[in-house]
Amino acid sequence: MIQVRILLVMMIIGAAIAIGSTDLICAIVALGVVGLGISLIFLLLQAPDLAILQLVVEIMSLVIMIRAFGMKDTVNIRERRFIATSISVILMGFFLVFSMAAIFEIPRFGSPLMKTSLFYLRNGFRQTGVPNMVSAIILDYRSLDMLGQVVIAFSAAIGLVLIGRKKIHASTANRAEREQK
Amino acid sequence: MVEYFLCMVLFCLGLYAILIKRNLIKIIIGLAIMEYAMNLFFILLGYKKGATVPIFSSLTEPHPEVMVDPVAQAMVVANVVIGLAVTFILVIIAILIYEKYGTFDIRDVNKLKG
Amino acid sequence: MIKKPEHGMTVIVKTVTRYTDVLILMFGMYFIFNGHLTHGGGFVGGIIVALSFIHVMLAFGKEVALKRVTERIIKLCVGLGAISFLLIGIIGFTKGAFLYNFFRKPGVDYIGEPFSLFSSGIMPLMNVAICLAVASGFYAIFIALVVYKIGKRR
Repeated sequence: MIQVRILLVMMIIGAAIAIGSTDLICAIVALGVVGLGISLIFLLLQAPDLAILQLVVEIMSLVIMIRAFGMKDTVNIRERRFIATSISVILMGFFLVFSMAAIFEIPRFGSPLMKTSLFYLRNGFRQTGVPNMVSAIILDYRSLDMLGQVVIAFSAAIGLVLIGRKKIHASTANRAEREQK
Repeated sequence: MVEYFLCMVLFCLGLYAILIKRNLIKIIIGLAIMEYAMNLFFILLGYKKGATVPIFSSLTEPHPEVMVDPVAQAMVVANVVIGLAVTFILVIIAILIYEKYGTFDIRDVNKLKG
Repeated sequence: MIKKPEHGMTVIVKTVTRYTDVLILMFGMYFIFNGHLTHGGGFVGGIIVALSFIHVMLAFGKEVALKRVTERIIKLCVGLGAISFLLIGIIGFTKGAFLYNFFRKPGVDYIGEPFSLFSSGIMPLMNVAICLAVASGFYAIFIALVVYKIGKRR
């Protein structure tokens, strides 16, 4: 599909700007180009669930990253390491060559292997009564995945609140000691 | 084939940022780009030519044979939110490092200080 | 809330926020309760609900946003979402297996009436539980950035 190729080239340019730019705000906004381009590609490849999810996730990550990094002093760290850069570029060349060898083995773009999913598609609506097949899979057939998902969101929130609370206790304890002196 | 190759190039750009850059924020951005490329590869594998969304609109339409792969989409739904949580944890750890050392440069972080 | 010019952003932003915030919340609720019929689901709805609360906090400042919905309520909601998902799974043991759809009658197709809002057994309940966990979890992360003063150089 020609649309997918055009959007992928746009995303590669956005990723290059995000990595190479010296301004932090510019880098974070260029990361937004990559995320919103992926959202459009999901819409073109017939996955509207994921398109909505990716759009919302991208906006939230943009808000939090700008809140966290936007006010910081952007010290530009100069990097001139020819040996390390050349070694890394050679490694990435090897990665691309081997990935091309793997790409010719998997099924072509547009004709997937659908052994498991044809069972879900044929029987899923009759067995669960849900018209949305993605919901039927993530909430009925594979709901243990979803339990792990909820546990991950829970533990991330609790862990971050714990880190912050430890910091504030340390700073108030220092201030109390200083007031005593 | 061209779509798969461009997706691999996007993955390599994220790998480059992790290997070369010395700024912590650039490393987090590289990790996010790798995660996007991985999600995209799943969906590219599950696309069927001329197919529709895997949602039934009535009791008989559309047929199950003309739908795209729903298992890949279900896996990516689980993946995206894990990626968001991981990005937030990395952001807060980077801010704590900035609070302790006063910089995002990873060469100054390996000093044993305090 | 609008009488305190020292907190938050300008009057224009505050006025627009007062009218649009409820609409954003309703949009999230729509995604949650129709997650088993059309596109959407618990994750998308939960993140949109969290974004509506973040919207209030960005526009009005943290004192106004944390006056009614305090930190204690948010931490309670995180635990409530996770444990209600687990409870729905454990109730399935009464019909045979963990996370079993216990409204299902053996030998009958289509749990409930297809294409109606209250159908398909435990899936709307699971969507609500996921929404509680995800929305309050990500809002708690944003509060950890704002309230605890992480990032101020000592």
